[in-house]
Amino acid sequence: MAEEVKLFGMWASPFSRRVELALKLKGIPYEYIEEDLSNKSPSLLKYNPIHKKVPLLVHKEKPLAESLVILEYLDETWKNNPILPQDPYERAMARFWAKFIDEKLLPTAAKVSHSTGKEQEQGVEEVHQQLKILENELKGKEFFAGQSIGYLDIVAHVLFWFYSAGEASGVNALTTEKFPIIYEWIEKLIKIDAVNECRIPKEKHQDFIRLRRESLKSASK
Amino acid sequence: MAKSDVKVLGSWPSPFVMRARIALNIKSVNYEYFEERLREGKSELLLKSNPVHKKIPVLIHGDKPICESLVIVQYIDETWSSGPSILPSDPYERATARFWAAYLDEKWFPSIRTIGMAQGEDARKAAIAQVEEGLVLLEEAFGKCSKGKRFFGGDQIGYLDIAFGCFLAWLRVTEKMSGIKLLSEANTPALLNWADRFCSDAAVKDVMPDTEKLAEFGKMVIAKMRGAAPPK
Repeated sequence: MAEEVKLFGMWASPFSRRVELALKLKGIPYEYIEEDLSNKSPSLLKYNPIHKKVPLLVHKEKPLAESLVILEYLDETWKNNPILPQDPYERAMARFWAKFIDEKLLPTAAKVSHSTGKEQEQGVEEVHQQLKILENELKGKEFFAGQSIGYLDIVAHVLFWFYSAGEASGVNALTTEKFPIIYEWIEKLIKIDAVNECRIPKEKHQDFIRLRRESLKSASK
Repeated sequence: MAKSDVKVLGSWPSPFVMRARIALNIKSVNYEYFEERLREGKSELLLKSNPVHKKIPVLIHGDKPICESLVIVQYIDETWSSGPSILPSDPYERATARFWAAYLDEKWFPSIRTIGMAQGEDARKAAIAQVEEGLVLLEEAFGKCSKGKRFFGGDQIGYLDIAFGCFLAWLRVTEKMSGIKLLSEANTPALLNWADRFCSDAAVKDVMPDTEKLAEFGKMVIAKMRGAAPPK
């Protein structure tokens, strides 16, 4: 059964971890293949020729790319432990916020992680504004999805990236003082086994970020 | 206009607004359309319904606003489920349609816009090459998705037809202004025919803007952007 589903991923990619989390929450057996993004495997290039990126899911030889597309596919194919809500309006809201995270929050966060000085300061400002907007969606709820973890929690779980990146980016944009509700949510998440199994190892991650910042700095010289 | 509990806030040149309207037409849902005069500033209703992005389209169903065109199309499909289906029923086909829709929004349409905004012949040529590359991929996708039928969605217009077809007016304007045929018999014969079928479909023809009118609008937008840009 496990050979039916293969996931091509990368340990530090929040998008890849997101799909892993969904697979674990739904109890879907899978084979994981770690990609070296500086030396992409022929399989990855064959199955995802357009974007050549991870995560890439292959189910019965059929490739699927783009993490949000994959999440919906998993939910529609394996009906147990649904991750998306049933109600069309709530589904629309979950999808809306997922887009906000991927199209606004994450690019801004990447900017913060890769920059220094004034540019980084501006990035942090923007990230704070966006986090405040997102944090609002958690108010009065245990998780983004309500009483238990769901689609938007899986998507928003990329916030772990900030949580583990911390000072390695040169600045900690996500602090408990500024975002107590998000922190509470993270504390709840890490009590869930599946989430813990998908955590990006903190020290390894911080080294990875420091290395990347160094290489970007020397590239721009 | 008859009062309805479905409203669309939009702007006639916007391909994203068209997506929402085509979807509602497919489902034969009556709706009130509000044209936003974006140059005069955004309406109270828009700012209230989409405080995060302040953009159109917004669908308001009852008192619930829904934003982001593809989110809206899926909402329409799931809410008016007794009408013709917009997304395919098979999960893999759904994923394929969603994948291409994301590609169109993130890669392809931005490269169309780049053609208009490009400064210098090299930049223009590069943008055109990117659009053409994308169209070759989409031609292939059409073959796979349509399985010999008239649309990406099969016999009827579906999600990917809507996601892609909404850009046809701007594509035609770009062809007109650049003097280059982007869709052609030689390179994209299937898409060329699909484009005509899409634009003449009952759910589409009244919301697809006239190419001439859109070209005038396009010229004005570019002139404004060029005028606003600092001298190089």
